[in-house]
Amino acid sequence: MNLQLTSDGRLRHLLTLDGLPRAILTQILDTAESFMDVGEREVKKVPLLRGKSIFNLFFEPSTRTRTTFEIAAKRLSADVVNLNIATSSQTKGEAILDTVDNLAAMHADMFVVRHGQSGAAHFIARHVAPHISVINAGDGRHAHPTQGLLDMFTIRRFKGEFHNLTVAIVGDVLHSRVARSQIHALTTLGVPEVRVIAPKTLIPTGVEQMGVKVYHDMEAGLAGCDVVIMLRLQSERMKGARLPSAQEYFKFFGLTKEKLAFAKPDAIVMHPGPMNRGVEIDSEVADGPQSVILPQVTYGIAVRMAVMALLAGGATA
Amino acid sequence: MHASLPDVDPLIAQLAAAIAPTLTPDTVIVGIHTGGVWVAERLHAMLHCALPLGTLDISFYRDDFSRIGLHPQVKPSNLPFDLEGRDILLVDDVLHSGRTVRAAMNELFDYGRPASIRLAVLVDRGGHELPIRPDFTGLTLAVPAHQNINLSRLDDGHLTLSLA
Repeated sequence: MNLQLTSDGRLRHLLTLDGLPRAILTQILDTAESFMDVGEREVKKVPLLRGKSIFNLFFEPSTRTRTTFEIAAKRLSADVVNLNIATSSQTKGEAILDTVDNLAAMHADMFVVRHGQSGAAHFIARHVAPHISVINAGDGRHAHPTQGLLDMFTIRRFKGEFHNLTVAIVGDVLHSRVARSQIHALTTLGVPEVRVIAPKTLIPTGVEQMGVKVYHDMEAGLAGCDVVIMLRLQSERMKGARLPSAQEYFKFFGLTKEKLAFAKPDAIVMHPGPMNRGVEIDSEVADGPQSVILPQVTYGIAVRMAVMALLAGGATA
Repeated sequence: MHASLPDVDPLIAQLAAAIAPTLTPDTVIVGIHTGGVWVAERLHAMLHCALPLGTLDISFYRDDFSRIGLHPQVKPSNLPFDLEGRDILLVDDVLHSGRTVRAAMNELFDYGRPASIRLAVLVDRGGHELPIRPDFTGLTLAVPAHQNINLSRLDDGHLTLSLA
């Protein structure tokens, strides 16, 4: 049984992009497009989710993702409650479900969940009543579907189509839920060549089975690319002896103007944020003419509005 | 094609003739997707409006959203002018319950405060559920509740009415 879709194929929860049909991805992107102008209006609101209560359950800290979900919900006229819940690694599943049950008793309509453990959003989605939708805002190393969607939206806005693109994802693919969501979305939307570029220690084994080509060298990997997606290198990864040092990493895999020159001249540079300047990306590139990192943030609001609107409209039918 | 339905072009010409004397320099024409935009495009050309045509997709303002969800093909609303103080001529193809017009007015007010709004419809089919009546009507036709009257556009741009 597909937890994410209703029996008639509509979106019920958004937990992962893995296995979501192309038609649904395209529907979300098209809907997001129509929400783009709401942010430009005198009244930056539409009444779609008036009277709905959305709870942002963040078991893991995040400023930007939580803020854009909050803005998206408010632009749809929903009532939003943010809960930042500190958890220890001992926190049991029952404690999470107790929290969810209590909020459901307050008549929650939607949960936006971020959790350090893979599968947390699925766990909650299986538990909630049929009228409640769950959006995964990042779970462990597993998935971050709205980030993947906003990246696709950004690519479509700047490149128009997917079928003629070469896209490189650079950096810590091993620990990245963002990379996994991006790869699923890119292949589903018909991007013919998806590459991952990273040192061997940061590439998960068997990643080729997801339909990507693996490179360990920036010059070869970036050659001919239309889109370069940089991943955040988490500093804690440096401790586990996967990498010698930040300087060493930057030397070989940090995106500089010189390395970006291997890609197509009109290639766009993306990053899910927050950036480590001087580790995975040079400031000159991050703030340069090919960077679309700030538009990504803006588009993230429209994409999250689209997901929430489709869920709210589909769940009660 | 229903034999008794009139041609669309004379109806639009009749609407344009009725609207023409009421135009002000601040009049903007706004069509409601999809059929209303087709009619509005014709009126906009026939009335030689200086200001660009506006279009509204009222999907985000529908009062039946929680029952039927989002329309699969929402088109962006496009109002390429400041609404403040304008005289708006809102155009739709068919007036039925009036709920679409209510939603359209709600949306317009989220863009600004117009001086006035008037409503032009190609067909007023009856069945009103709200105190909304057209200021300009191409055709008044009592259509039974179980039937629909639809405007469609052929590949050559020709508009036709049909009952289903």
